[in-house]
Amino acid sequence: MNLKIMLSTVAIVALSTTAQAETLRLLTWGGYAPDDVVAKFEAETGHKVEVTKSNNEEMIAKLRATNGGGFDLAQPSQDRIAGPQAEFGIYKPLDLSKIETALFIPSMLEATKGNTTYEGDVYGVPHIWGTSGLIVNSSTAADIKDYTDLCNDSVSGKVSYRLKRATLTGFAFAMGMDPFAAYGDEAAYKDILDKVEAKLIECKSNVKAYWDGGDEIKNLLRSGEVVAAMAWDTGGWQLNEDNADINYVAPTSGALGWIDTFAIPARGRADEAAYAWINFVMKPEIAAMITESAGNFTASQGGDANVNDALKQRYQASFPQEAIDNVKWYPVVPAGLEVLEGAALDRINAAQ
Amino acid sequence: MKSDKSKLTFWLLLSPLVIWLATLIVLPHVGMFLVSLREKVGIREYETSFANYAVFFNEPLYWNTFARTAYMSIAATLLTLFIGFPIAYYIAKLTRGRTKTTLFLMCLIPFWVSELVRTFGWMILLRETGVVSQLLQYAGLVDGPIEMLYNDAAIMTGLVYTSMLFMVVPLVTTLDSLDDSLIEAGYDLGGTSFSILREIVIPHAMPGIVSGCIVVFMLSLGNYLTPILLGGKDSLWFTGLIYSQFITRFNWELGSAFGFLLLGLSSLIVFLGLKLSGQSLSKTMAR
Repeated sequence: MNLKIMLSTVAIVALSTTAQAETLRLLTWGGYAPDDVVAKFEAETGHKVEVTKSNNEEMIAKLRATNGGGFDLAQPSQDRIAGPQAEFGIYKPLDLSKIETALFIPSMLEATKGNTTYEGDVYGVPHIWGTSGLIVNSSTAADIKDYTDLCNDSVSGKVSYRLKRATLTGFAFAMGMDPFAAYGDEAAYKDILDKVEAKLIECKSNVKAYWDGGDEIKNLLRSGEVVAAMAWDTGGWQLNEDNADINYVAPTSGALGWIDTFAIPARGRADEAAYAWINFVMKPEIAAMITESAGNFTASQGGDANVNDALKQRYQASFPQEAIDNVKWYPVVPAGLEVLEGAALDRINAAQ
Repeated sequence: MKSDKSKLTFWLLLSPLVIWLATLIVLPHVGMFLVSLREKVGIREYETSFANYAVFFNEPLYWNTFARTAYMSIAATLLTLFIGFPIAYYIAKLTRGRTKTTLFLMCLIPFWVSELVRTFGWMILLRETGVVSQLLQYAGLVDGPIEMLYNDAAIMTGLVYTSMLFMVVPLVTTLDSLDDSLIEAGYDLGGTSFSILREIVIPHAMPGIVSGCIVVFMLSLGNYLTPILLGGKDSLWFTGLIYSQFITRFNWELGSAFGFLLLGLSSLIVFLGLKLSGQSLSKTMAR
């Protein structure tokens, strides 16, 4: 009898706490959860938010280390969900009925759902999208139009890029190959990688340093130590605010388009708050606040309406219509492909 | 009864150490060793084999980096010793009282901020648009900006700076215990400064030199921040490889194998160092 009462009390307490405030441990990118948005969300819903800033690889590594625990909502890129899910099982399927799908731009939502589907379940919905291409200082390196131009003698010792898969992909396109088409064929992809590897080793003498973080490359460009780099569009637009000579350029072979998503880790404990956060930040007015902070546009329907004109102008300057049509969106990375890329990157890094 | 009690005290006093060693050092290493023996054959499929260790020996870039890390660390250790010894000798033998404390404290002060901040400090000093480069231009010694960052010399500077304290402290302690009258006796018997250094000071300071060298070598070999931030496009460091296997390549199996190889390497070099200097670990650590 006593036990029964106790159990039911425990059950009631447990139920009421889940319905009440939860702590949302958010694993995201810098700028995606600005303080004013967090404060507004906490005031409106009563949930608390703890933000951890990270990047794609670290997100996967962190979640893998805990089998999908430690965080309640993560924001990996859409191409990096199905592969890691197949290998490590770090996410749980999304309950789309809890997401207000009307808030999303339909085409982007459908594309992301398709790319993040694994064994029939959807694991991701889109949040922020952007591109990576070139940031060029037009006063000293106006001739840089494509990734391979970074190997020109005119910019020797004043170039920087990352040793990540985006660089391999960009160079492959600039060299006239289509790496995305070869994703399904390991031998063909290996062939492309070998050619890109040779090119990047040949190009190495041009590189000042391989950059790692967004602030690092911005510092190098701002100080003039680097005049052309492979980097994200937002970095270029931010630098353009301070120095009109520096701007983001969509490469002739096509900028690489990415979409960062929402995905719920397998052992996340605050799903309620996670869905609330998704529905909250996708509201047009909140999405505009995040665009101002992150510099990138969101998948929120009408979210670009409230964005300031300066940012829109910079966006339009970098992206004439044909450049938008030429954006290469990342398809899903098949599991195991990254091992090949990793070995190639290691060899480039070690080459003298 | 009494012996029972003292036994209990003994075990109670020992237990924190045992728990520390078992849970934080032994268990993770056992786990890591097991991971390093897994070979990935497919999605979520693993087999037990030494394939990851084979990868290391078959790919020249991995063992080249390994060797590079080892000799750079040894060079950093020797450089720290050569710079640290005169400093320690000056502090221990040529100063007294307050000056001694002040000098000792000055060696310690850089360690009040984190290693990351110290490394960024060096980046600000050495970069192309940095303090040193601009000072040289201002003084008219060079025409254009010069880049001093992103090369092996920058790594060396960072490593020596980071580990100086760990060399100076054991040296000061051992040199302090050297009786001044022994040095005076050496002079009385007609010894030169060099022969006294060689015959009296260094033999006495040997345990301090060896323990300082071991610590500095270990710190350099296992350092991650300094080589990554100050090193350039050609400056690979083995810990950087381990990091990239674990974090950017999701290849824990290879990363674990690398970790064990690093452990083996550092133990081997320390062992060889002790053998060559004729010291034993217990003798060195007892000081």
